[in-house]
Amino acid sequence: MNASSEIGEKRLTRMALVRKRFLRNKLAVAGLVILVAMFVLAFAGPIFGKHKWDSLDFFNLLQPPSKEHFFGTSQIGGDVYALTLRGLQKSLIIGLLVAFFSTGLAAIAGGFAGFYGGKVDRSVMWIIDALLVLPSFLIIAVMSPWFRGRTWLIFVVLLAAFGWMITARIVRSATMSLRERDFVRAALYMGIPARKIVFRHLLPNVASILIIDATLNVGGTILSETGLSYLGFGIQPPDVSLGSLIADGTSSALTYPWLFMFAGAALVLTVLAVSFVGDGLRDAFDPGSAMGKKL
Amino acid sequence: MVIIASTLGYVLSSLAFNPRSNYEGGNPPIPESTITAKLNHLGVNPDVPIVKRYATWVGNVVTGDFGLTIGEKSVNEEFSRRIWVSLRLLLLGSVLGSVLGVALGVFSAVRQYGIGDRASSFASFVLLSMPVFLTAILLKYGAISFNQKIGSTFFYTIGESSADFTGNGMQLFVNRLQHLMLPTLSITLGGIAFYSRYQRNAMLDVLGSDFIRTAKAKGLTNRQSLFRHGLRVAILPMATFFAYSFGLLVTGAPFTETIFAWNGMGQWFITSVQSNDVNAVSAVIVFSAVLVLLSGLLADIAVAALDPRVRLR
Repeated sequence: MNASSEIGEKRLTRMALVRKRFLRNKLAVAGLVILVAMFVLAFAGPIFGKHKWDSLDFFNLLQPPSKEHFFGTSQIGGDVYALTLRGLQKSLIIGLLVAFFSTGLAAIAGGFAGFYGGKVDRSVMWIIDALLVLPSFLIIAVMSPWFRGRTWLIFVVLLAAFGWMITARIVRSATMSLRERDFVRAALYMGIPARKIVFRHLLPNVASILIIDATLNVGGTILSETGLSYLGFGIQPPDVSLGSLIADGTSSALTYPWLFMFAGAALVLTVLAVSFVGDGLRDAFDPGSAMGKKL
Repeated sequence: MVIIASTLGYVLSSLAFNPRSNYEGGNPPIPESTITAKLNHLGVNPDVPIVKRYATWVGNVVTGDFGLTIGEKSVNEEFSRRIWVSLRLLLLGSVLGSVLGVALGVFSAVRQYGIGDRASSFASFVLLSMPVFLTAILLKYGAISFNQKIGSTFFYTIGESSADFTGNGMQLFVNRLQHLMLPTLSITLGGIAFYSRYQRNAMLDVLGSDFIRTAKAKGLTNRQSLFRHGLRVAILPMATFFAYSFGLLVTGAPFTETIFAWNGMGQWFITSVQSNDVNAVSAVIVFSAVLVLLSGLLADIAVAALDPRVRLR
């Protein structure tokens, strides 16, 4: 993402072009609209609900959706509407935070490792390898008894710290092969400092990878967060995430579908919207793609 | 690397887990001294300094002994049984998923914005947006209602084969196949969705490049330029993914295994974390560390062998 922002500051015409291309893509715009709607729903929606997410209605247990409880009630009388929105908030925030940090880290680490080679490359790769041999899912699951009862921000840090390595590896192998190209060599011989070459010449050329990855990272983080929460290794009760809601709801999914249906739908829609936006951005950014040529 | 990983795995799990909780709260309560003796026997007593416990564990692991699980079973035996369960489950799904995924990705890149591309893109977007557990649960309940409609059990949703099954080899095979279908389907769908997205994007990058235009300009047919020149380059970025997914076949698929009740490695890991089983969790971590390392090596070799632009210095 560094690459694009750097370009944006210097050459506004390109940004305008990208914006134009993005707005032509109906799916991407639809994704953006859904995403904004999800945010509004998650943060403004609770105002319209008649119950708080952590209050229980003991007179309405396992009731189907009604005017009183928009999405029905759970086994212990929780309002599924309020719970779903609460879970959506958590999942959205976690997804954005983690994707931002992990993709930025991946671009910088991978780009510099691939460009410099030698010692820098070896030390970055050593860190990547050390972190990669420990699948993040396993490590976070193992550490879950420890961060149980502490702030969920620890969970965010863990997800980001274990989420950047594969992207960094891909960025690195892409820069390694770009490094041999003439335009990089020309830039090098013109005396452009390495930092500039990485940010202005190498990373923009892997921008399609980075953008797709940042997008998939928002989605992917939401997915791994809900996955861990589904198994009880993530967001801990009494707090809820979409994953823990789905886990609670699936035991009786056939008879009481409203218990997990809304959380599932919110989850799929959110991640879907994020990927549409990402794909739209890709088509908009990449001048080599067929869509770009038509302009 | 494996040493660092296994040390970290052991230390983290030892610090985070409380194996004592397995025995507390029993009725009648188990005497404190008995619990301590038991934990000492398993080598997971939290009161013994971590360095000492780690030294004992490493000493045993070096001789190939991973100790006992909380349930006093040999970790090694449990291990060798579950590896095959996971492999049986994942091999078919992964191969199908990657082959079909690449094919679909190339197809939709070549026909970008055609109907086929739009449909497959949309389908894989939806699938990728669905967590594995949701796909698996929907498949499971879909299969159950399908079974109810046709009035007999066609899809089995639990386990590897029916426990009370009697019959000859062929019938057993069919029975196993009926159990295998749903989890394989859930893995294959995920694989197709994942690979086709990346393959499509990689292929599109290549299609827009000059050498394809050159290939066409020198008189090659569309097909020739795409497959001889395009695909060979476009498949390179995928080598990394292939190497990893095949290296990790035997570490199991935690969600699929849990939901369809296959007692493989993934499911073992989850139950072990839930039961604070330090020895079992450490064994799984060491094992996956070894496999990840091997796959990483495989990925590097594959990229270097396939891409002439990567020079070894």
